[in-house]
Amino acid sequence: MSLSVKHLLGIKELQREDIQTIFRTADNFKQVLQRPIKRVPTLRDTTVANVFFENSTRTRISFELAEKRLSADVVNFSASGSSVSKGETLIDTVNNILAMKVDMVVMRHSASGAPWFLAEHIDASIINAGDGINEHPTQALLDAFSMREKLGDLKGKRIAIIGDIMHSRVALSNIFCLQKLGAEVMVAGPPTLIPKYIRDLGVKVEYDVKKALQWCQVANVLRIQLERQNKPLFSTLREYALFYGINKQMLDSLKKEIIIMHPGPINRGVEINSDVADSEQSIILDQVENGVAIRMAVIYLLSGKRDLGE
Amino acid sequence: MKTLLDHNQLNITLQRLAHQLIENHLNFSNTAIIGIQPRGVFLSDRIAALVQKITQKKQIEYGKLDITFYRDDIHQGIHVPRNTDIEFSIEGRDVVLIDDVLHTGRTIRSAMDALIDFGRPRSVELLVLIDRRFSRELPIQPDYIGHSVDTIITQKVKVYWAEQDKKDEVVLID
Repeated sequence: MSLSVKHLLGIKELQREDIQTIFRTADNFKQVLQRPIKRVPTLRDTTVANVFFENSTRTRISFELAEKRLSADVVNFSASGSSVSKGETLIDTVNNILAMKVDMVVMRHSASGAPWFLAEHIDASIINAGDGINEHPTQALLDAFSMREKLGDLKGKRIAIIGDIMHSRVALSNIFCLQKLGAEVMVAGPPTLIPKYIRDLGVKVEYDVKKALQWCQVANVLRIQLERQNKPLFSTLREYALFYGINKQMLDSLKKEIIIMHPGPINRGVEINSDVADSEQSIILDQVENGVAIRMAVIYLLSGKRDLGE
Repeated sequence: MKTLLDHNQLNITLQRLAHQLIENHLNFSNTAIIGIQPRGVFLSDRIAALVQKITQKKQIEYGKLDITFYRDDIHQGIHVPRNTDIEFSIEGRDVVLIDDVLHTGRTIRSAMDALIDFGRPRSVELLVLIDRRFSRELPIQPDYIGHSVDTIITQKVKVYWAEQDKKDEVVLID
């Protein structure tokens, strides 16, 4: 029993059964993480390189912890302070790391599609930790896993993804993942941040955040990614917060309790207010906790695909 | 295909194993029974129930252990884990590990590693229904044996349990 893929590049390429296998395995790792000894010896013969060409706190620590809990050896690489600034290419960089006998590469890159490009050129298994504005598969898996903990089977459940859809790899991976699990998905936010093609994916589109909240059982609120916007798509952050930000008053007016999620980092007071982010309805920190178990599951399930070369 | 134990023989063997355990552990005051997932649990369910019935104890410590993450053959194929369910401390206890078939001994090696991660037992014993003698790859021997067989590597021993397979039977498949 293992996954149908050798790499985890995007959710788009996964089968529904793959996602369920990852969830079942993560359930067990979550148990392991609650024991006094939180480490299992499974991957003691495996070395994983975390190659981050773009900044990250959560994802990187989460991956590193997952690898260490599995007893793998870990090397960390970040583009700043490396030879990338001297002009070394992506393939050269990764091949040099692999020459030091690394078995698996976890990569984040600002260029969409970079992990696919790499997968064609190297033998090691690759896990995409976010590529540009394309996919962030482990985030989508931990989001769906966290929803499943609260709601059970996601079939027919209504999930709204709210905020900066256009620049969000979390949005795209979430849509693929939730649809494969049979959930209904809506995206909501200002028209300038929702790309036209998104309707072709079979999601509902809503420009009124209040209506989206009324419709959904779970609201996954995304960060406004100012660093990726090279031309202004809304006038000010204050205006965005006023029209599209989620506050407690709004939630209380719904007459039902919805679950609030956010992949982090949070811009408090912009897309989400502190009184929502820190409320009982928020499962933001559960998401972070589940992230380690999900990543352990993915790394474990992919490591069986490794060719020992004998 | 040859039947090693039929329904009646299996029941007599289970009775004997339960009595042997009681002989050594008397009232089970410091003893814990731990079945190894997945197939050892059918046997440990039966043994735990029998011990409880014979000793008239209200409760004996009984847990289930999954060894997937402790295996040494991850690159020969991935196994999806089952639940580990040990609701008590094994620190200082006399633990009886239970599995259905003892073959190479590798599962038991993994189980001991997994067990130690939960604490330091005072002692660990091994109870198996079928001991495939002369096929060990590690220095591991059972303390309680239901039935010993001499087999070659290409043969398989299959244990059927009524709970899952609708019949109680142990067969040797060539």
